[in-house]
Amino acid sequence: MSTPLATAAPGQRTTRRPGAATRRDWLVGYTMIAPQVLGAVAFVLVPLVTVAWYSLHEWNVLANTFVFAGVDNYDRMLADPGLRDSLMASLYFSIGLVLLNVSLALLLAVLLNQKLPGTTTFRTFFFSPVVASLVAWTIVWSFLLQDDGGINGFLATLGIQGPNWLRGEGTAMLAVIVVQVFKNVGLNMILFLAALQSVPEEIQEAARIDGAGAWRRFRSITLPLISPTILLVSILTIVGSLEVFAQIAVLTGGGPGNSTTVLVYYLYQQAFRFNEFGYASAVSVLLFVIVLVLTLIQWQTRKRWVFDEV
Amino acid sequence: MRSDVHPAPVVAPTAGDALPGDGDAPTPSAGLPGPGSARRRRRLTRGLLVALLIVLSVPFVFPTWWMVSSSLKPMSEILRIPPTVVPQDVSWAAYADVFRLQPFAQQYWNSLYIAVAVTLGTILVASMAGYAFARIRFPGANALFVLVLVGLLVPSEVTIVPLFRMVNSLGLIDTHWPLVVIPIFGAPSVLATFIMRQFFLGLPRELEEAGRMDGLGRWGIFWRIAFPLASPAVAAVAIFTFLKSWNLYLEPIVYLSSRENFTLPQALTQYVDAYGGPMWNVQLAATTLTVLPVLVVFLLAQRQFVQGLAHSGLKG
Repeated sequence: MSTPLATAAPGQRTTRRPGAATRRDWLVGYTMIAPQVLGAVAFVLVPLVTVAWYSLHEWNVLANTFVFAGVDNYDRMLADPGLRDSLMASLYFSIGLVLLNVSLALLLAVLLNQKLPGTTTFRTFFFSPVVASLVAWTIVWSFLLQDDGGINGFLATLGIQGPNWLRGEGTAMLAVIVVQVFKNVGLNMILFLAALQSVPEEIQEAARIDGAGAWRRFRSITLPLISPTILLVSILTIVGSLEVFAQIAVLTGGGPGNSTTVLVYYLYQQAFRFNEFGYASAVSVLLFVIVLVLTLIQWQTRKRWVFDEV
Repeated sequence: MRSDVHPAPVVAPTAGDALPGDGDAPTPSAGLPGPGSARRRRRLTRGLLVALLIVLSVPFVFPTWWMVSSSLKPMSEILRIPPTVVPQDVSWAAYADVFRLQPFAQQYWNSLYIAVAVTLGTILVASMAGYAFARIRFPGANALFVLVLVGLLVPSEVTIVPLFRMVNSLGLIDTHWPLVVIPIFGAPSVLATFIMRQFFLGLPRELEEAGRMDGLGRWGIFWRIAFPLASPAVAAVAIFTFLKSWNLYLEPIVYLSSRENFTLPQALTQYVDAYGGPMWNVQLAATTLTVLPVLVVFLLAQRQFVQGLAHSGLKG
């Protein structure tokens, strides 16, 4: 609805040169956006440029030296096995999370869309971890997943010797993924539920009359119709998964070995444990580029989605 | 075993199935069954689906129950095998320890006042900016809006190093200033500005016209008419902003170093014994005190929470 050239204040006549009233309106506009614009400049744009600038420097905090080093930090990244491991860990985490999260969210949404008794209560159950504090939720799961914790305790009463979930190479990342899935799957479930409810009743009805069973109707009608939402939710989940930090810090501390040291955790360690601010800045730039590419894909997807809807 | 989930009564669907199940058994292949057996089969399927929902609820509900029940157990019981779902002898000692071992009340207050300040500040900054970007036409509006939107592209982790240096050079390390000021004006409020702008774009202009007729200026129209009408969007912004601040973890551990200044998520991880092992019952008692109030508010205002968070999830 906005043509950027149209003049403001419909109460007055449109003229070529802005009158005093229009100028006053502009002034109000600038005043209203000033806090946000200045804040975005000071706390987003300037730091973004600064981090890129830092990444070109060799920065020794203890000796207090800050020397231009060109692309040395980026060369170092290419050769750094720790960084490679953390990229692999992030990839493993993101893919595992998106697969589990999206399929469970879809299952829950489909179940809640059946008009079964108690649906509202179940929806509350599934959504409640979303509002729980992330660190709190993670602490409780950490307690459950301890070697002598609740889950292995219950398994022991069944005569099963459970593994040390958070310390085992094979299970640690899986545990982190599962904890994160239960934390946030309720949000995606709501998005899917909204998409499911927008599938027209008549199409389902027509297919039923044609003799299509429930599974067939789901696969041939529902799934294609909500596939744009599935794609969008998947990308949002991946972007969010790259920022995982507190869960790693509380559950595994990046271990065992560095099997759960994801990119952000690696960045944190380089900066605030080893004081490698220059190198950490280069890792930050890498993180930014990855998130940027994914977000642009997401925007592209959404544009197409909106286009399809119209 | 998991006693907190009561099987919901499996009631037969009311009103003779005006809402036919998508949960029918897959194939109606083998001839046409009689009407009675079809209904029985449908009832069975629905019963099974409810049972499935109950099983699926366990990992969502049980941790909360386990947190509360374990926080009430003495150390001797907390790791007992077989585990006790309900505490055998209830002990409140852990709750006393929560306050004895750390300035927990102070930390609670820190989290609360920071989250409230960030929420109020964000509502103010974002609704003003959102209104101006949606309603007032001034030169450069589009360019400035794009500039602000860059904030949506930058995860807070990317700028943590330069922001830490900035805060450090201003001498504000180990103060709450960075936790209050940066979210209000920086990247976190950009999403709020975006949501407010979307809302004001959809608000009928006629509503403002009436105010103009009554002689209200731009500010008057914003404060008296547009802002009050925006309460659904403000509620959404308030909920996700509050929760985001309340749950913040990376920033506090980077900026804060003394216990009196800690926020809750940070404080929760500090209940460890002399060997660095977690004191589970104390930690879980503190966790319970952190989680339950938010959970109660959520149960009271569920609709707003679900809508508000789904909003932020989609627009993010």
